[in-house]
Amino acid sequence: MTNIRNLFPIYQNQPNLVYLDSTATSLKPKSVIDKIREYYEEYSANVFRGIYPMSEKATMEFEETRTIVSGFINANNSNEIVFTRNATESLNLLAYSLGRKILESGDEIVTTIMEHHSNFVPWQVLTSEVGAVFKIIDIDEEGYLDLGINNIKDQKSNIKNTNQKLKALDQIITKKTKILALTYVSNVLGTINPIREIVTQVKKINPKIIVIIDAAQAAPHLKIDVQDLGADFIVFSSHKMLGPTGVGVLWGKEKLLKEMYPFMYGGDMISEVYIDKTIYKDPPHKFEAGTPAIGEIIAFKEAIKFLNEVGMEKISEHEKKLTRIAIDRLTNTFGGEIKILGPRNVEDHNGIVSFSFGKYHPHDISQILADNGICVRAGHHCAMPLHTRLKLPATVRASFYIYNDEKDVERLVEGLKEVKKILKG
Amino acid sequence: MNIYQDIILDHYHHPHNQGGSVLSGRSVEVSNPLCGDKIKMTISFEKNKVKEIKFQGEGCVISTASSSLLTDYVKNKSKQELKKLDSKFIIKMLGIDLGMNRIKCAVLPLEALHKLLV
Repeated sequence: MTNIRNLFPIYQNQPNLVYLDSTATSLKPKSVIDKIREYYEEYSANVFRGIYPMSEKATMEFEETRTIVSGFINANNSNEIVFTRNATESLNLLAYSLGRKILESGDEIVTTIMEHHSNFVPWQVLTSEVGAVFKIIDIDEEGYLDLGINNIKDQKSNIKNTNQKLKALDQIITKKTKILALTYVSNVLGTINPIREIVTQVKKINPKIIVIIDAAQAAPHLKIDVQDLGADFIVFSSHKMLGPTGVGVLWGKEKLLKEMYPFMYGGDMISEVYIDKTIYKDPPHKFEAGTPAIGEIIAFKEAIKFLNEVGMEKISEHEKKLTRIAIDRLTNTFGGEIKILGPRNVEDHNGIVSFSFGKYHPHDISQILADNGICVRAGHHCAMPLHTRLKLPATVRASFYIYNDEKDVERLVEGLKEVKKILKG
Repeated sequence: MNIYQDIILDHYHHPHNQGGSVLSGRSVEVSNPLCGDKIKMTISFEKNKVKEIKFQGEGCVISTASSSLLTDYVKNKSKQELKKLDSKFIIKMLGIDLGMNRIKCAVLPLEALHKLLV
């Protein structure tokens, strides 16, 4: 990973930057920024409309990204790739277009306590509207999903809603479970969930179950093969994987995408409109109403090319190494004063190190780190049910990506020493 | 300017009017679920003026220092005077440059006070 920073212009503009918030959004390489500029300067036409060459060029570049995304996750074909605004919109699309199609009163939707709000609230609202049951898989003390077949215990959660029963997987999934929606990687704990094993097990219990994977924190860091994972839908965001903001991906099995309701109605998604009826286009265009983020989608392929050139395995290894170093350095330096969340084994722990530090408030910690040029996140990271479960109102989160190195970890350690120096009584 | 000035840190480490509650006073609790800050404030009046005020709670340096300074300020002030206090006053009182995100921490005790004046 040496010299990779040279490919990110922000490091030339901010030489002292210690950016440890890639879980929120990643930095962008020059190739991505150049591609956006290329679209706006050279062929900034709308897609699927003009017969003139500039529009054809834009359409070709746009659709090429779809093909490259399809290859990146090993989809059957590019018709399975729907562009949205972000992973959040992909999940809301599913709750609306799929959930409202298949969910009836008395059915169940299962999710987990470690979800980002975007994979929690849409299902909470949907089940409440339909009169379905909203069930939640708990975590164990180390931050793994509580899936153990021999690990069924009487869960005492501090979640007050009695509908939300936290039980082990083989107790929680039933024939009535229409949807299991879970994250591949927790955006707080860093836990990498065993998706393939979970999908296999739940489909044994209920072959009709639809499994939706939030891969927003996985796609930037791990090799994703949708054939291998066995899920029905996978969502992720461009901006967390070196690409532009405003671009999300929804991958789904083509048969299911065809059966779903459209999401929004309008331009581009329609085949024929009559006074009494409308005929929609086939997926993916059925779900892409209105002018999309053309320049951003075109530039997204440069991000994927960048990731492919470095290699997803190499990226994972690099992040595991930094996570190991960070956990060790922080623990050795601050001992019992620092409490790091998530699995100890970095094989199960993607480059996210969330922690609480002494009695110091996460806002004060991140403020003093910011004064020292270090960018981390403080708060509940859009995972309030998880923080309630952990009995922590907020945590500090440092996260690593391909441009981070050991020096960044050292700056974090030094920054925390400064926090102690300033705030101790 | 660094927000962790000595005077702010002094109020954080040794807050004034912290702990307990005011006998025969009214109390209110406010919180910021985003960061987990919570303040419980109790107050008593004599002839429309603040006689005693106390606060309890867990919070960051800014919310604690702001609670400490504000509870000092309000003593012997009338309800009418205190109703006029706004976030600009809090920023001036703290005397530090607060970013957009930290203003919420600073005004949390003011939110509690306003609820007690109704």
